[in-house]
This record gives sequence, C-alpha cells and structure tokens, in this order.
Amino acid sequence: MAAPKMAPRNQGAPDFKKFLHPAMARNYGRWVDHAQIKPGVYKHIAESGEELFTVRAGSPRTLSVYKVREICDIADRYCEGHLRFTTRNSLEFLTTEEANIEPMIDEIENKLGMPVGGTGRSFSNIAHTQGWLHCNLPGTDAAGAVKAIMDVLFEEFKMDDLPQRLKISSSCCQINCGTHSDISVILQHHHPPKPDYEMITQCELPKVVGICPVAAIRPSRKSGRDSVEVVEEKCMYCGACHGQCPGLEIRDAETDTLAIWVGGKSANTRGGPSFMKLATFGLPNNPPRWPEVSDAVRKIVDAWKEGAHEFERVGEWIERIGWKNFFDLTGFEFTKYHIDSYRFARTTFNISSQARR
Amino acid sequence: MTDLPDTPMLDQLEDGPWPSFVTDLKRLAESKAAVGQLLGQLERSYNKRWNYWTGTVLNLKGYGGGVLARYSDLKDEFPEVAQFHTVRVIEPSGYVYSTEALRELCDISEKHSAGIMQLHGMTGDILLLGSGNESTHAAGEELMEKGWDIGGSGGALRTLSCCIGPARCEMSCYDTMGLTKFLTDKFIGELHRPEFPYKFKFKLSGCANDCANAMMRSDMPLIGTWRDNIRIDQDRVAGFISVKGEQYVIDNVVSRCPTRCITLSGGRMEIDDDNCVHCMHCINVMHSALRPGDDRGVTILIGGKRSLKIGDMFASLLVPFMKMQTQEDWEELAALVRRIWEFWTEYALEHERVGEFIDRISMTSFLDGVGLEPDPQMVIAPRANSYIKFEEYSTPRMYGEPQKKPNVVDREVIGPEGDDS
Repeated sequence: MAAPKMAPRNQGAPDFKKFLHPAMARNYGRWVDHAQIKPGVYKHIAESGEELFTVRAGSPRTLSVYKVREICDIADRYCEGHLRFTTRNSLEFLTTEEANIEPMIDEIENKLGMPVGGTGRSFSNIAHTQGWLHCNLPGTDAAGAVKAIMDVLFEEFKMDDLPQRLKISSSCCQINCGTHSDISVILQHHHPPKPDYEMITQCELPKVVGICPVAAIRPSRKSGRDSVEVVEEKCMYCGACHGQCPGLEIRDAETDTLAIWVGGKSANTRGGPSFMKLATFGLPNNPPRWPEVSDAVRKIVDAWKEGAHEFERVGEWIERIGWKNFFDLTGFEFTKYHIDSYRFARTTFNISSQARR
Repeated sequence: MTDLPDTPMLDQLEDGPWPSFVTDLKRLAESKAAVGQLLGQLERSYNKRWNYWTGTVLNLKGYGGGVLARYSDLKDEFPEVAQFHTVRVIEPSGYVYSTEALRELCDISEKHSAGIMQLHGMTGDILLLGSGNESTHAAGEELMEKGWDIGGSGGALRTLSCCIGPARCEMSCYDTMGLTKFLTDKFIGELHRPEFPYKFKFKLSGCANDCANAMMRSDMPLIGTWRDNIRIDQDRVAGFISVKGEQYVIDNVVSRCPTRCITLSGGRMEIDDDNCVHCMHCINVMHSALRPGDDRGVTILIGGKRSLKIGDMFASLLVPFMKMQTQEDWEELAALVRRIWEFWTEYALEHERVGEFIDRISMTSFLDGVGLEPDPQMVIAPRANSYIKFEEYSTPRMYGEPQKKPNVVDREVIGPEGDDS
C-alpha cells in the first residue's frame, strides 16, 4: 500500500447549493406558507406560487449502502435526483409534482420498507446513541430499545392526532449523547468504577484525576507504580473517568438499569426550553427488546394523549396538571430518589404553599 | 457469500413494523464478511450485556480529528472487525443531497469500509463505519479527492449542523445553511485539529422552533429572530377565525402567548410587539396569517451541553440580537467566536466545556473576558444574593488601596480578529 499522502486540504463543507432540489434553489429564502396535506406529507408554497411537496419517512439511521442506493433510486425517479435528511434522521423526498406523491409513498413503504409519517403533531423518529454496535463506553444498546419503542408507537408515527409533537430519545450511558426529549430512556450505573490497575498505568493520570466532577479520584501508588484510587463514598457513578481511562470500568452487566425521563423540550415556544425530569427508574437492561421500557413509554404516552390540551408538549402537560397527578396517572411511584440532591437542587423545590388536593 | 453467525437475539429485532437495522445489515453481510462478524460480536453483546470495543483516536496525516478508532476485544474470534473505525465526514448544510453525491459516498464506503453508513451522527456528520488502519487512510484520501472533508472529534470544533432554513421554510430568519458553510470553512482548522480544552458545538436554527435542536445540543446556539413587528394579515386572521372559531383562537393562541401580548377584538388581532419574546407559538398555529418581522437576525446563546460531567446545562442568552445578513455580519460573528475561544482555551480546565467554564468562573468574569456588556435579557431576574464584590470599591486588604476602575480585560488588547491564513 502506498504511503498515505494526505494532508489537510481545508476543503470545508460541501457546497450545499449544488445539492438543493431545483425548486429549493429557485425559491431560496422566498417561501411564504406551508400546509400538511396528510400525515407525512408537507406542501411548501413560494412567493412565485410554486409548490414543493415533501414526503417524510422514518429511518433506522444505520443504513447499508444497498439501502442508501435504493433510497437514491426513488429520489431519481420522483425527486429530480435530490433528497434530504432531518435532524432526527428521517428521510425527506421532495417533488414539485403532486401526482408523484401517492406512487412515491407506495414505493417508500412497500419497496423500501420505511414508514411515511413523523410530521406535525405526531411522534417523530427517535434520536439515539451508538450503543454496542460501535461505541466504546455503552452500557446498553439504544438501537434495540428504540426499535422496540418505534414498533409500539408505530401508529403514532403514521398519524398526526397527538396533542402536540412527541420526541423520544435514548442514550446508552449517562453521558447522554441522545439528549433531552419529551421522553428519554437512559442507562444508569450503580457502582463506583472498578479499577484495573494494569490498564490504569496506560492512562494519563493527571487527566483522570482532573476529570472527576466530585474529586473522588486521587493520585496514589500501586505495586510501586503511579496509579489512582477511587474514594467510593464520593463517587456518583457518572462514568466521566471511564471515558478518560478504560481501566476505570464503570459498567456492570448485572446491576446497570434504565431510567425514564420526561418533559424535555428544545423549542423556545411558549414557556421556553425545559430539562427533562426523572419519571421512573430501575428498569432492567433487558435485550433484545427491553419490553419493560416500551411498556413504561406507552403508559406515559397514553396518559398524555388522554389528558393533554391541544399544543401541550409532555412537559407542559405535566406542568399544568402537576407532578402529583402525573405519578397518579402513570402509576409510577414517587420516591425519595425523585427529589434532587445534586447541584441546584433547591431550584427544583416548591417554594410556595401551593399544593394540589 | 460468507457464513452468517447465528444471531437468535438480534433476529428478534427483525419483528415488528419499524424498519430493522438488523435486517439491513444481514443483507450487507452476504457480501461483506466484516458485517457478518460485526453482527456476531453484537449478538455477543446482547447475550452478555457487555461491550467489546476499545476506543481510541486514529490520526490521518495532517489531521487530529475526524476518525474514531475502534478495536475489537474479540479479535481472535472476529478477526474481520479487529480494526473497525468510523470516518466522520462533514455533511452538507441542512442535510441536502443530490443522489449523485450520496452514491459517491456509498461507493467510497463500500470500497474502503464495511458499507455501513449512518445518516447522520448525533452531531450531524456523515458516519462511514468499518474501515481498518490502512483503508481509513485510503477512504480519507478518496474523500479528499472528491471534494469532501472530514473532522470533528476530540477537543475540537465539531461538525456544525442546521435546520433547512431558507431552502424550504418561511419561518427562517437568517440563512442558516449559508452561515453553517461559512463558519465551517472559516474554522476548518479547528475542525481538523483538536486545540480546545474540550469539544465545541454550534447548531443553527432559523427560528425559535429550533429544529436543529441547538438549545440543548450545542455550546453556542444561533437562533433566528426579528426585532420589528410580527406581520399580521388581518384578512387571513378573520379567515382563520371563521374556520376554527373565536374560542379556539383564544384558547390556543391568545392565552398561550407566554407574555400575554396578544389581544383579539372584533375579529382583528393586535400584538404588543414591545413585549413579544419571539417564541413562535402564535406564528406556528396561524402560519398563514402571521409571519416573523422583516428586521431579522439571530439571538446568540452560550454554554449548552449534555450530562457529562457536572450535569445537564442549557445554553443561556449572550447576545439578544445581532444582524446576520451580510458578509460583514458573518465576519463580526466569527470575530466574537474567536474572542470566546481565546478566553476559554486560555483559562478553561482540561475537559471543561464552555458552559462549565462559565459556571466556574461566573458569567460576569466571562463577559469581562470576551468583552461583552451585561444585558438584562441575560437573566430571568437580577441576583437575590447580597454578597457582592464591587470591583470599584473592594479589594483584599493585603493588596493595598481599593482599585480605581473595574478589573476588566482591556478590549483594546483583544483587538480585531487575526489573520486566518
């Protein structure tokens, strides 16, 4: 093999203008309105009166090149050779011909095997982390749990009859690359890291000490060599050290569990963005389909669908009905672990006499 | 054709209506031995609830970022995935593609790696999975030849991402796609070579709806906004009321306004724009009748990040409004970014995101350091805590007489943005 000749060429981002659908290029910055003409299909209207139709389809994100080429085939047939993806990994097929919509949906659903939906007040594609497929730190495989949740909420993806949009995410550890969402499934560790002193010698020890947010890792010596020790009472099992040094193993296949968090929102609409909060915890890390997780998610979605006003995201619904009612309606137990005991805890306390009956 | 390993657990993920990545990868495994072994290793993970990848960084010549190296802990059993790296390719703004471009990526992926693509990674980049130590270089070389670029891992600027913006949305208040490309190109060195205390992410959303998830997933969200009045088409307001009814508009538009600045009388809608916080709710609901104003720009926030390590942080408001229309506006933003990076990289601790840094040194010191004036819109309310060190009056006795002027960084010293080349 020839010696690699690469050097930074500072080429930067690809020129998106070459990739825009011709109707997007023609009407760039000159759109005036839109409508959802059916679940999964948008119409955007430009100043010129030109209409662009978007058919959105769900994707598992991890795709073989065969699948990507089949996606391209459909875009070549119906979309003048252009398409896009969304922030939540859905596919968007674009066409100016209304007559293309139905045959395209038929091919996307029946040949490609990808459901059309995820628009408007529906459940959109789940954002999730890499998991056992390719991450070096995961305690679970978010992709599997997500597949099971998507199966359970399949009808909600296809329809748009929810109170408001619903976004779910899943993360394979508490680093939480999967981010905040209306409902989020995250793996939790329950023990301090288990040191492998041989492996630790290969790590950059000052960085390992420095990365611990609660100063639970101290320099020490083991068998005559520089090493670290873990002050177990201080450790909060966050796993920051594990990312820095694989010799501090935080995971435990026997004891790691999953927790479900609710009420996260990124949009600045109405009350603004909000963090998600702990709903329930201690669900077993149960491959391949994690049924306890999708059951709990289903419970939350059903209670929200039943009780929310129009335009209320999950967090806004809970804010209105109160956490007491949320726990009553879902049947999840409120425990002492739901009361924040970390930084900023007091900001989550009720500093009034206002209480529900 | 290679023998596929038995994967009874993964097979259960082929059931159900949602498309299964297992089915797709099995098909790929018929021609790619590595994918068969990948599924074998994944099945073991499902069985043992354990992960078998050791992670590190593989540097391509001249790059410090852009490749995530993975080595299998089960390489004796699954030698085809002994080295199984990910190449992070910078995606086009707004995730738009021609099929020609996507097919080109497919060919590179099939030729040099396992033929698995992720569209897209959590940061927004294109991920090509499954190259070895040698073939990663070959993949990088071919990507370069064809005009693609890589980057964004470790303590570097991460791949930027944005919403579809002006390409297909009437809500977008600035050119999210153009600015994403501008910033990527401007800071391509920071994307290639990790020079920061830790990662730094931009995400660009054209309006407060934040379709790019900037608020919770980036260190510096750029959110489109306007500072004149919401444009109201009263005929269409009347039309909306006649279809939906007045009560619907009161319940779902008027009373959901967070600052209660909308009134409805005699079929006309009035908005007290001085008190509008540009949240987009009324425009979302009545998008045919209401539109953002014409004097548009961005609100800049700072310090968002996820849990690791001190807990989740949202970004908070830094600059309420900045025009973002002309090349000069874009350069001004780039200059502000440089000031923030210079101050942060100089004083941050190892592995400290900019939000954590601000949390540690205080927002006040941060503003001094980057040369921004305080603004009441930065806070929900002024402080309720009375322990204040007024720089004008107080200084530790041991240092002698009180200072004459606030101890701020001299803006002259920071100066304009340096030469990029």
